[in-house]
Amino acid sequence: MSDSGDSDIAWTFYKDRPEWSDITPVPEDDGPTPVVVIAHSEKFEDVYNYFRAVLQKNEISERALHLTKDAVELNPANYTVWQYRRDLLKELGADLRSELDYVESVIKQSPKNYQVWHHRRVLVEWLQDSSLELELTGDALLQDPKNYHAWQHRQWAMKTFGLFENEMDFVDNLITDDVRNNSAWNQRYFVMNNHLGWSDLNVQKEICYTLEKIKFVKNNESAWNYLRGVLLHDKRGLGGNAVVLSCCEELYKNRCRSPYLMGFIIDICDEAIKKGETNSIYCADRAIELCQALATKYDKIRSKYWNYLSENFKKAKYIENGSANNIHV
Amino acid sequence: MSFKTKDVTLSDDRPKTLLLQKHSDYLAGYGLNKDDYEFCMTEYLRMSGIYWSLTAMELMDQSSRMPKDDIISFISSCQDNESGGISASNGHDPHMLYTLSAVQVLAMYDRLDAIDVEGVVRYVSSLQQEDGSFFGDMWGEVDTRFSFCAVMCLSLLQRLDAIDVNKAVDFVLSCMNFDGGFGSKPGSESHAGLIYCCVGTLSICKRMDALKAAELAWWLCERQLPSGGLNGRPEKLPDLCYSWWVMSSLSMLNRIHWVDKKNLEQYILACQDAETGGFSDRPGDITDPFHTLFGLAGLSLLGNTSIKRVNPTYCMPQETIDRLNLEPQILQI
Repeated sequence: MSDSGDSDIAWTFYKDRPEWSDITPVPEDDGPTPVVVIAHSEKFEDVYNYFRAVLQKNEISERALHLTKDAVELNPANYTVWQYRRDLLKELGADLRSELDYVESVIKQSPKNYQVWHHRRVLVEWLQDSSLELELTGDALLQDPKNYHAWQHRQWAMKTFGLFENEMDFVDNLITDDVRNNSAWNQRYFVMNNHLGWSDLNVQKEICYTLEKIKFVKNNESAWNYLRGVLLHDKRGLGGNAVVLSCCEELYKNRCRSPYLMGFIIDICDEAIKKGETNSIYCADRAIELCQALATKYDKIRSKYWNYLSENFKKAKYIENGSANNIHV
Repeated sequence: MSFKTKDVTLSDDRPKTLLLQKHSDYLAGYGLNKDDYEFCMTEYLRMSGIYWSLTAMELMDQSSRMPKDDIISFISSCQDNESGGISASNGHDPHMLYTLSAVQVLAMYDRLDAIDVEGVVRYVSSLQQEDGSFFGDMWGEVDTRFSFCAVMCLSLLQRLDAIDVNKAVDFVLSCMNFDGGFGSKPGSESHAGLIYCCVGTLSICKRMDALKAAELAWWLCERQLPSGGLNGRPEKLPDLCYSWWVMSSLSMLNRIHWVDKKNLEQYILACQDAETGGFSDRPGDITDPFHTLFGLAGLSLLGNTSIKRVNPTYCMPQETIDRLNLEPQILQI
């Protein structure tokens, strides 16, 4: 397309275009710096000089719409260009379907840009048509499975238009591809929270799913965090589920020393102490031992954190013993 | 058992000392390079660029090298009379992000009289929504970043009364995730930058009690990688700006001592460019004012005494916050 300026060979400066001769270009007001303007990019300067000019007089025209395309191509992050473009689309009654195609092509080139995704959202709202959004975001996530913008847009479309039906399959594929993809685990939680719900059966299902993934890659922060998230919905707490406990003990027995496993057992100990379960294997001594192993061997970079926890457990033990002694007096 | 692999290795010839003079020269010269492609590309965020540069200069006690009078008149010229909001540059539309940057700059200069303060208050409060969230501008993008911008901006103007603070807090809390972190909207993935915004909002609104402090602080500590650097989400590469987002959040949570300060300091220093000056996201990358501010501010939080004390909530010199009699909340443990 010649008007989008994607080929520099065919490029004609706006200042050399007869159809633009009625416009006086407006250079950038330089702001708080000495005026030493040197041509950085002639094309950039030319396009933006004309952009400022039409913006200033708020010209509503097809040519202005084309001009915003050139301006976007040179800098898709310029939010003012997009806002002006939306004004133009509205005033001119432009075809919003072709605008959807257009913004899709810009998203493909600049997938990590706030403005392009926001433009997309406004168009979908105007058209009240979300039929292309799962595919669009799916494509973007294929390129970069952690693209925050794409995930935000996807969640927005799902919530607004109720597009939850096949999402678990999508999430499962991503987790199968990369079991450490935290964004996918977050999306799993999003679907559970907003669609499937946390019935006892679903909690158990999610626990089993997560434990399988943990057995596959043990030192996976995302899966361990998700497990904790699921257990928020289990009234019995972190240490009340037999499947979880036996899996953790099994891993530990088989010499898994992932800091996440050890941290999880420490928190089970903490919970048991707070509940006053005195005959449990989840006690202050075990927690202290684990904290010390983490601080000195398995997670040295966070030794301050583990030492801090260890001290807290020692204090708890002191109080526990103190009160026990009192009984015997 | 597999361990984390996404990290960088610091080379032996990396910068190991703080090159203050280089950074000051770099920032003083930055605005002059109008032939710089980067300069031209950043027109749309000029106001934030000024905030990053000036704050960095203030922290180095070098702000006299910035063209104060020009900056102030530039800011005045960027205020939109109608809405009261402030834009990134002349001819741009007003936006919450740049309104905050402008107010921060003027607060540092003690020149809030240079703008129509009531206009700013009107603009910011007009962007609050029924659910307590804030739009970034008239186009309706909602993000916890804008909640933070709004409360920070109004608190600097001593006008928090102009919005519904309880609702603003409720919205931010609705973005809290199962891991104790926060995202941009309810249900969005936890992200260290957005955690800073949400914790900062609660700090200014004095509602730090509403956090799941232990979980959140642990999640934040988990961001530290073997190189000493911090990432913003699990399994992502370290980036210097996270030494600010993570460390400032931990400061507000009063748990900054949980990270390995020595290793982090090494990482931050390695992100300096010994030739051009300035800091970059990772060692060896191109420097910019954004990372330069966050590198310096991070070192300040770590206790480097050749840099002025930075306030963890406002990312401004503590002396400015003291002069304005602001007391953002730090969690007591």
